[in-house]
Amino acid sequence: MIYTLKRLGLAVLVALAVSMLSFALLHLSGDPASAIAGESATDADIAAIRAFYGFDRPLIVQYADWLFSALRGDFGESYYFQLPVAQLIGDRLSITMTLGICGISFAILTAVPLGVAAAVRPNSMIDRMALFISVMGQAMPSFWFGLVLVVIFSIKFRLLPPSGTESWKNFIMPTVVLGYYAMPAIMRLTRAGMLDVLSADYVRTARAKGASEMRVMFKHALRNAIIPVVSLSAVQMGFMLGGSIVVESIFALHGAGYLAWESIGRNDLPTVQALILIFALFYIVFTFLSDLLNAWLDPRMRVG
Amino acid sequence: MDNILSVRDLRVDIPLAGGTLHAVRGLNFDLARGETLCIVGESGSGKSLTSLAIMGLLPKMAQRHSKKLEFAGIDLSVAKNRQMRSLRGDRISMIFQEPMTSLNPAYTIGDQLTEALLLHRKVGRKAATARAIELLEKVGITAAASRLGQYPHQLSGGLRQRVMIAMALMAEPDLIIADEPTTALDVTIQAQILRLLVDLQREMNMAMILITHDLGVVARVADKVAIMYAGEVVESGRSKDVFTAPQHPYTRGLLRCIPVPGKTKPGEHLGSIPGIVPSLIGKTQGCAFRGRCDVAVDACAHDIPERAGAEGHLYRCVHDNSQMPPKASGGFNTASQSEGRP
Repeated sequence: MIYTLKRLGLAVLVALAVSMLSFALLHLSGDPASAIAGESATDADIAAIRAFYGFDRPLIVQYADWLFSALRGDFGESYYFQLPVAQLIGDRLSITMTLGICGISFAILTAVPLGVAAAVRPNSMIDRMALFISVMGQAMPSFWFGLVLVVIFSIKFRLLPPSGTESWKNFIMPTVVLGYYAMPAIMRLTRAGMLDVLSADYVRTARAKGASEMRVMFKHALRNAIIPVVSLSAVQMGFMLGGSIVVESIFALHGAGYLAWESIGRNDLPTVQALILIFALFYIVFTFLSDLLNAWLDPRMRVG
Repeated sequence: MDNILSVRDLRVDIPLAGGTLHAVRGLNFDLARGETLCIVGESGSGKSLTSLAIMGLLPKMAQRHSKKLEFAGIDLSVAKNRQMRSLRGDRISMIFQEPMTSLNPAYTIGDQLTEALLLHRKVGRKAATARAIELLEKVGITAAASRLGQYPHQLSGGLRQRVMIAMALMAEPDLIIADEPTTALDVTIQAQILRLLVDLQREMNMAMILITHDLGVVARVADKVAIMYAGEVVESGRSKDVFTAPQHPYTRGLLRCIPVPGKTKPGEHLGSIPGIVPSLIGKTQGCAFRGRCDVAVDACAHDIPERAGAEGHLYRCVHDNSQMPPKASGGFNTASQSEGRP
């Protein structure tokens, strides 16, 4: 309980720091008013915009104003779309969330069994195969792999739609591309962890008790080997939600990553700020959840 | 007395890149219910592999051979994995050397204690828990019921080894193998744990194989002793015979390494055996100890006869040592006398 509260407090502090940092970064990287006004604007125009958006106020006041609005779910209005940012992001976020959750699930569900199988028989056929698959995943750029899938499954065999978000079929290829990118690291870590744990004394104890190999693997070994994998997966998950821009653009899924990329180009300050904050919050939430999960897996961590 | 365990010509070979490592070379012994056999030897003499070989828990690469390996009428040498699994933790249990790492850090003491019973017997969780509390009390752990919810990292080394002992006894095994159960513990705790183990063994009338390099332990608890050197039993027999009339030069050397209260004077140098254990890779012939032995002769490089003394007292030496009175001091304990290394 104390552990949970401590982690929670830490998460809130990190979130606050991130909000300051993202706010400061965007405001210090140039004059937002002149960026909005464009190249042909006069000094008077710029001054008017500055006054309109409140850029003439002290930075700390602007930050406080933005933060308290954000806490109420009000991220201001997008300069480009002339829509509330919260509404704009809400639509896009559900696509990104779906993709991220499918992607990480695909990665974990393929990587963990493969990693365990590879560790049980090191240097066997299955181990080599797992290594091959993971090297492929690491070496292939997502955009290329995505295009290859489109060529094969959409153009040649016409099995899956190449783009859009109309049905669940649209998410299959993006999930595979996104998941395959995260899979190798998870698999290698599972394999290394299992190899380490399988030579542990308590695994021998479990065998001496007459536990079956399955029980030894999954009850005694995997629970201890999976702990670093949980932390890694949390980071990968955060990455998938914030950094799925490439995959989103290949499959024309207009998610939050794609929106962030577009908004940076358009100097759409409120949208970019809100997205940075939300992506950072994802990282923080997933790290928090993985801390809780690890504490459940390993009682030694509960001391805090 | 009927033997619960019978071992003839037990061998463990480990194929390595540089040749086969003959880690255990032709072990023979019998053990009856209620008896304690101590296997004594230095590190690398093959005593731990012997215990793993009986348990069927050798590392994958190791090969086990035997003319006979029989436990309670069951031929272990041909037993399938499934059958071995049903024996382990039920009729044969093991206590390991490292209590700090032998318990799973992720599960409670209660979970780990009841596991063997739940695996092998048709008992409910409640009955298993009751048995666990009973045994924790038996091994001298106070507030046993509240310990069940604790995790290994919350217990000291001595307590963990008590838990390991309780865990090994859950299903009332016929044979218990304890591999240096006190080595990793504080000296003050060692005697307690050993006493406990022996008391429980007597109480439950189990056979016990106690693996140790501590001759003091052996003298206190063993019925039978087997002295191992380089994968081979060089001397074996009833504990009192081996201690009062050691025949093999290695046994004599070992005995000279321990201080005897009242006999060893303060400041007096204890014995030591010069040299190191020879490599066991490839074919070995003759007495493995001849390189460190001060009575070695040319014949030691050839096959060594097994000589029998009284009451099953056996030893392997070219010399018929029963004629030679055991020397009181000197002899093996000076480095200059090491010669004739194989």
